[in-house]
Amino acid sequence: MVVLVDENTRVVVQGMTGRYGKFHSEQMMKYGTKILAGVTPGKGGQEVLGRPIFDTVKEAKEQFPELNTSIIFVPSSGAADAIIEAADAGLKLIVVITEGIPVHDTLRAVRYARSKGAVVVGPNCPGVISPGKAKVGIMPHQYFTPGRVGIVSRSGTLTYEIAYQLTKRGIGQSTAIGIGGDPIIGLDTVEAVKLMDKDPDTDLIVVIGEIGGDAEERLAAAIKRGEITKPVVAYVAGRTAPPGKRMGHAGAIISMGAGTAESKVKAFREAGVPVADIPSQVPDLVEQKLKEMGKL
Amino acid sequence: MNLLEYEAKEIAKKYHIPVPPGVLIEEPGQVQQAIDELGLPVVLKAQVPVAGRGKAGGVKLARDPDEAYEIAEELFEKEIKGYPVYSILVEKAANIQRELYLSFTLDRANRRVVMLASGEGGMEIEELAKEKPEAIIKLPIEPEIGLKAHEVREVGKKIGLSGNCLRSFEQIAKSMYKIFMDYDADLVESNPLAITDQGMMALDFRMIIDDNAIFRHPEFEAARERELRGAEKIAAKRGFFYVELDGDIGIIGNGAGLTMATMDVVNYYGGRPANFLDIGGGARRERVKEAVKVLLENPRVKVIFVNIFGGITLASEVALGIVAALQESPVKKPIVARVVGTAEEEGRKILQEAGIPLFESMDEAAKEAVRLAKEVA
Repeated sequence: MVVLVDENTRVVVQGMTGRYGKFHSEQMMKYGTKILAGVTPGKGGQEVLGRPIFDTVKEAKEQFPELNTSIIFVPSSGAADAIIEAADAGLKLIVVITEGIPVHDTLRAVRYARSKGAVVVGPNCPGVISPGKAKVGIMPHQYFTPGRVGIVSRSGTLTYEIAYQLTKRGIGQSTAIGIGGDPIIGLDTVEAVKLMDKDPDTDLIVVIGEIGGDAEERLAAAIKRGEITKPVVAYVAGRTAPPGKRMGHAGAIISMGAGTAESKVKAFREAGVPVADIPSQVPDLVEQKLKEMGKL
Repeated sequence: MNLLEYEAKEIAKKYHIPVPPGVLIEEPGQVQQAIDELGLPVVLKAQVPVAGRGKAGGVKLARDPDEAYEIAEELFEKEIKGYPVYSILVEKAANIQRELYLSFTLDRANRRVVMLASGEGGMEIEELAKEKPEAIIKLPIEPEIGLKAHEVREVGKKIGLSGNCLRSFEQIAKSMYKIFMDYDADLVESNPLAITDQGMMALDFRMIIDDNAIFRHPEFEAARERELRGAEKIAAKRGFFYVELDGDIGIIGNGAGLTMATMDVVNYYGGRPANFLDIGGGARRERVKEAVKVLLENPRVKVIFVNIFGGITLASEVALGIVAALQESPVKKPIVARVVGTAEEEGRKILQEAGIPLFESMDEAAKEAVRLAKEVA
């Protein structure tokens, strides 16, 4: 078993006809992900990469009842509608790559999709990859390798960086989930870590946090309460970030005195989670833990 | 994006929230006219798009016209938290009986809206949260249902309100919530919301609008630019994120997390980042060129460290952007690059041909950038 995506994942791409949608659909297909259809309003009847394009997700689902996953590339102004549409079509996993979605739109769409029983990953995220099995996302997959370490990250490129460094060290990954950098997201850090905690194919979880919000503090509290049994290793980006300034991600801002890297690092350490000062220390900490567990 | 107080108060008035009578002035000479209209005493409030203005000396009481003129002169010459003062809101000083706090914001962790209220207004909420967290009452709001009037009244009673004040509080809270939703706000805040001899009144009113929702509120397009300082303006136009810091190593990365990590690594090896610059997802050469130029033109930057991990961004486009910037700019500075990811081979080739030193590891590249910065210094 892996987390969220596997060999049974059947994907519809919302926004497949756009430049990025098409590029990354091709990459996903090369990786072996089963993309069955695309959706772009007004382009129904066309074909992209040998896959039929529909005007609505519902039509795609009628044609391909086995569809269970959507990946969304549509522009920010229409992304919330796309999430709601995927949820209404009964898709169980909705991965939202789009960045710059108004936060009130995300709030509405994510709450709705969750109420329909869908898992939303993102927005503003790189997606999910289970190396060697499937990729529903935009990550350069050559840096990921099959293995037993899970990654949960608020950042896109930093996920690739950490996976790359683990891979170079011969440590493979079970699943990497980029949960996204917006203030309001679907699957959050604690939920993602809990999914991996239950996954028999994951031995250890690397959590890549950053300044802003209190997701890391909440995870540390959950670990302290004993809700997570597998070892966690963390890195928190933004120790040198000044307060009051939004660091790229809409969610990465130290505001009202909360969300500092220090507070997150402190919370992790108090929960017994080793924290890397810089990304290159992550593989060291992972190796150390795996050795302690007798897994290396 | 922060609205100026007078802009936020215009919106408050439209939603029937009482605010003190006020006049906006753009030069000290206009202060007399404002006083003629409002009467004395008056409060002069510098209009800057940033919180914590009072503490920074941007709000002053004047009892007579001479004092008002002097204060206006002084404020117009001042910079408040780096922002020049282009206008002052002159308001009739209110007769305050009690100061409250009321705001609406997003509850990130629980994916909903939250109302924050306190019977102890006036001081900055950050300080209150630190010193007396129990004095802040949080009311969670499910956006599908909206604000529940009875819950607002319960909060009002908890902060000691009764009678007409309780009714006013409910009305103002409802209006503020409506503004929060209608304007795609990240924050709508009144601090203080005061009980005066004229009834309950929003003495201060603040709004932050979601930058990503500006397309729905085109009237604030210009307001967004006003908030940016220096090179941040170019960055906003070109679609990358830029924050100036006080070191000497220019940082360019793709993705907020990686860019912050790059700053952290430079710092770890003893260097000091001059900025945060995230070229964003899927940057093409033109944007990268403008980004590199910003750092070439920043006199504090001694070395530029480009750290790219291509995903949605093509490494080749980044490389072409760097080379183009170097060709176009008269300023020469050492550049250290580390490029991996989508289209990395092509990107590396382009940079190698341009003679830019390339590194495989982020740590090695950072160390070299730190070494070069010390050498240049």
